[in-house]
Order: sequence, then structure tokens, then C-alpha cells
Amino acid sequence: MKSDFIQESNFSAMPTSEAILEAEKVTVHYGSFMALRETYINIPKNQITAFIGPSGCGKSTLLRCFNRMNDLIPGAKVGGKIRFHGENLHDRKFDKRIEEIRRRIGMVFQKPNPFSKTIYENIAFGARINGYRGDMDELVERSLRQAALWDEAKDKLKQSGLSLSGGQQQRLCIARAIAVQPEVILMDEPCSALDPISTLRIEELLHELEERYTIIIVTHNMQQASRVSDMTAFFNVKATESGQRQGYLAEYDRTEVIFQNPKEQVTQEYVSGRFG
Amino acid sequence: MSTSRPIADLDSPSESNFNVALPSRHGLDKIFEVASWVATFVGLIVLAALLIDTVVDSLPRLSWGFITNFPSTRAVAAGVLPALVGTLWLLVLTTLVAFPLGVGAGIYLEEYAPDNLFTRAIEINISNLAAVPSIIYGLLGLQVFVRWLLPVTGGRSILAGALTLALLVLPIIIITTRESLRAIPGSLRQAGFALGATRWQVIREHIFPLALPGILTGTILAISRAIGETAPLIVVGAATFITFLPTNLQSKFTALPIQIFNWVSRPVVANPDKNFQFNAAAGIVVLMVVLLGMNSIAIFLRNKFQKGRA
Repeated sequence: MKSDFIQESNFSAMPTSEAILEAEKVTVHYGSFMALRETYINIPKNQITAFIGPSGCGKSTLLRCFNRMNDLIPGAKVGGKIRFHGENLHDRKFDKRIEEIRRRIGMVFQKPNPFSKTIYENIAFGARINGYRGDMDELVERSLRQAALWDEAKDKLKQSGLSLSGGQQQRLCIARAIAVQPEVILMDEPCSALDPISTLRIEELLHELEERYTIIIVTHNMQQASRVSDMTAFFNVKATESGQRQGYLAEYDRTEVIFQNPKEQVTQEYVSGRFG
Repeated sequence: MSTSRPIADLDSPSESNFNVALPSRHGLDKIFEVASWVATFVGLIVLAALLIDTVVDSLPRLSWGFITNFPSTRAVAAGVLPALVGTLWLLVLTTLVAFPLGVGAGIYLEEYAPDNLFTRAIEINISNLAAVPSIIYGLLGLQVFVRWLLPVTGGRSILAGALTLALLVLPIIIITTRESLRAIPGSLRQAGFALGATRWQVIREHIFPLALPGILTGTILAISRAIGETAPLIVVGAATFITFLPTNLQSKFTALPIQIFNWVSRPVVANPDKNFQFNAAAGIVVLMVVLLGMNSIAIFLRNKFQKGRA
């Protein structure tokens, strides 16, 4: 079948599920600096999509477009369309509903950033502000279980989230994101501040979460991308004539294609470790 | 082990490109240690000398009666009651006005305001205002609160005095609030926003509680300074001889620094009944107890809020 996911003709990925997020001609400026140039990408539902590429290639920038976190950066301007269930999130009519977008498209950050509150409150906060009406204790337990943290945390729910180890803190952040029942979880290098064992646990967790959530993960770790993701997008940087470095999407395909048989020379060089 | 050099090499630096010169570096280190020690203790000794001298001078007057007596033309009978009560009124009123306004402005400027020419101009002006001499605030208070707002303040009243002091500490509270908020990592704000929280929800739940100890400490220190201020209160028209306690916001008033200033300006005479110098010293001791009390409250609150959060 002809892919809906790859718009440029030289790509031939064939993901097997519908797209939940579609970026159409997305360009991001920070002030006068163009960080990401005209990007088209479709994110398949209930799969893990990895964004890889060298620093400054715009992968985190694109990630932040999906939940409009770029709105918080002064001078950031996003052009093009980000469609979520077919609706453009950057449309003016969503300006008053950004909170709802962010609830449905959650985010986990590079450095674990639990709130300076109890483990319980870390989870309950998001649910409470979004008007959750169910049983809070039950939600906290379910979220912690899904984030594979329940066994370690169940006896210290009243302790500070900051008392956990780095890897546990990151799983707490994942639990916190899950608690507001999002459809998509954006992960911005979630393991880069963690040790290999904690990283492994998060990767195992990702495979469990895939059943319920769509996950986009930015990573510098190519083994990680090849281990966890179904689809991989390779971003690259190009210097313009004026010397500015612009990020762009170089190739997007099923992960095994990107790592074993990429079409682009740059992708081949990057995934084989010859540059980047 | 094969790669580590034998210890003996430490004594033959000629082989290397480094002139280690440890003795002279250690010497310099020692000199600066001593210099900073001297800097610390010069200040401490002067303070201690002042304190001891004042306390010794105050001993002839310091008694329960000194605190409960009204002023008198007889030095032995004169007390600080109206001044002490006036100072406490000023303290409470100034805090009630300056704290919400200052913290509110600080939150707006740090968390809500866009970064543009207008807000940067405000920012620079607030920093400048914090450095304006207090007597200027007194003149402002005289014109605005005593004259223009006469129907509200009742003229040279305790309310006019408190509003003037509130203006004086407002820039400091705003700056302290902003600095305390700025010290909270942005990653916490991002975490809140990413869950769908509004700005106010993020501030109330995560940012403000963490910033509060710093804000409280800064505010109390600023108000302590204000309570010791004399010049603006004199300009606004605090009275020096008052034989009643303030009953409402429009009451005439005096305050401890004014009373102390008044007593210090009296001539030094041999007759103990006419020598108000001891009263001044005793007044200073009372004022310092009030200030130390406030600073202890600041420390207490800071510890309480730091422990209170998980």
C-alpha cells in the first residue's frame, strides 16, 4: 500500500496503523534563526517513533511542537500545521485550549523533574488540576504500576519524590504523565541522565506502554532507538549560505530499514557511527 | 601501577614544564585567609563595642517601667510606651500593605510579564527606587499621604507613616520576590505546564511554596530596616512627645527611632533627672530587641516552610 506517513517520494515506509499526529510543512524559528525547516512527518498510533540525529538538528524542537511547549519559549515561531486527530493544534482556536492539548499529549523531560512534593502528590497533581473525578488512590496506584514503580514506591507514597533515585524519579515522571491519561507521550532524551540499568528499565517500560500510548522518543543513543522504536526519523543539520545551521528531516522509515538499509547516504553514515 | 611515577619524581620538578611553586602559592593562600579573617573581625569588634557601650549606658534606665511609662520631662520617669506601640503598629500596617503588593508585583514581573521594553524599563526603575534615599520617600509621603490623601489618612497619622514606610520597602520586596522565584528551576514550570496546568496552578502549587522561605526572609529583613528608619517618619510628621496610645489608623503617633533621636538630641547634663542620654541608650536596646525578635521570626518561618514541604 502507498504510505500515508512519508510524504516525500523517496521514502517508502509502510507503518501498519493510522496516524495520530501529522506534521505538515512545519518550520520553527527562534527569533530570526530557523531551527527546523519544512518538515513532514506522520506519527503512527500506538507505536514508538524515535527521533535521532546530531545536536541542533531540530528533533527536540519538533517534539515540542506537538504539545505546544514552544509557546513558552520567547521568540519561538512555529509555521505549518501539526494535526492531532486531523485538527491543527496550532490553529488560533486552540489558543484557549492549550492545557487540554498538553493533557492529551504528555511529556517526559531529559532530566527527571519531579515536583518538590510527595510521590503521591506528584501523581495526583495533574489529575486534580484537570478535574479528575475518579478515585485518586486508585489512579495513583494504577499510574505507578504502569510506570513499573509501584513495588518500590508503595511504602513511601508520603515521602518526597526527590528522595527517589534518578531512574526512579524518571519513572515517577512517566507515571505522572500517564496519570492524566494522555494519548501520546513525548519523551525528550528520557534516559540521557540515567545509568545503564535504569535506562534498561525505562526501555522495558516503553514496550509495555506502547499498547496504550503513542510514544515519540528523542534519543542520542542509537542502540536505544534500534531497541525500542518501531519507526525512526533521522534529522540532520545543514549549514545555509549565511552560515546558519538548519535542522531538517533527512529520512523517516521503519526502524530496521533506517538501521540496516537506509536510502540516504547521511543516514547510513550516522547510524554506522561515522559521524554525529 | 606501572604507569604511576615513583614518589621521588615529586622532588625533581626539573623534568616537567610546570613550575609548581607550591611554597609561594601556599603563602599567598595564607595571606588572603588572614586578610579575610581581619575583615570579618574588624566589623565584629566594632559592632560588639557599640553594643556593649549602649547596653552599659542603658542599664540605669532599663526597667519594666521604662517600657510601660509615657514620655516625661523627668528623664528617670520617661518611658517608651507610645513609641514602642507606635513602632508595632507601623510594623503590622507596613507589612499588611507592602507584602501583598510587593509579592504580587514580583510574581507578575517574573512569571507573567512578557520580556519587552516596557517591563525592562519597570525593572530598571524598581532597582533604582530601592537605592533612593529614605528621606525622599518621606517627602513623597508628606505630599501624597499627608496632604493629598488627608481625608483618608487624617494627615500626620500612623497610617500616613505606615504607607510611607511601605513605599520604602516595596522595591526591596519586589526584588527579593523576583530573585526567589528566579531561583526555582524552570524544569519544574515545564513539568507543570506539560501536565496541562495553567500558569497560576504552576505558581501556586510548585513555584511559590518553594520561593516562599526566601520571600519571607527578604521581606522581614526589609521591614526590619524600615522600622529603624527615622528620616521619612520625621518628614511625614511623627510627633516626639505623645502621651497617649494610637487608637485608630488616623491617630497621631511616634516611633522608637523618633523617640531615640529626640532623646539623643537633648544636652548632656550632670543632673541624672535631666540626662536623657541613658534613655536613648535604653530606647536603642528596646528597638534592637524588637528587630532581633523579627529576625528570629524570619528564621523560624524559613525553617518551618523548608521543613513543611516534602
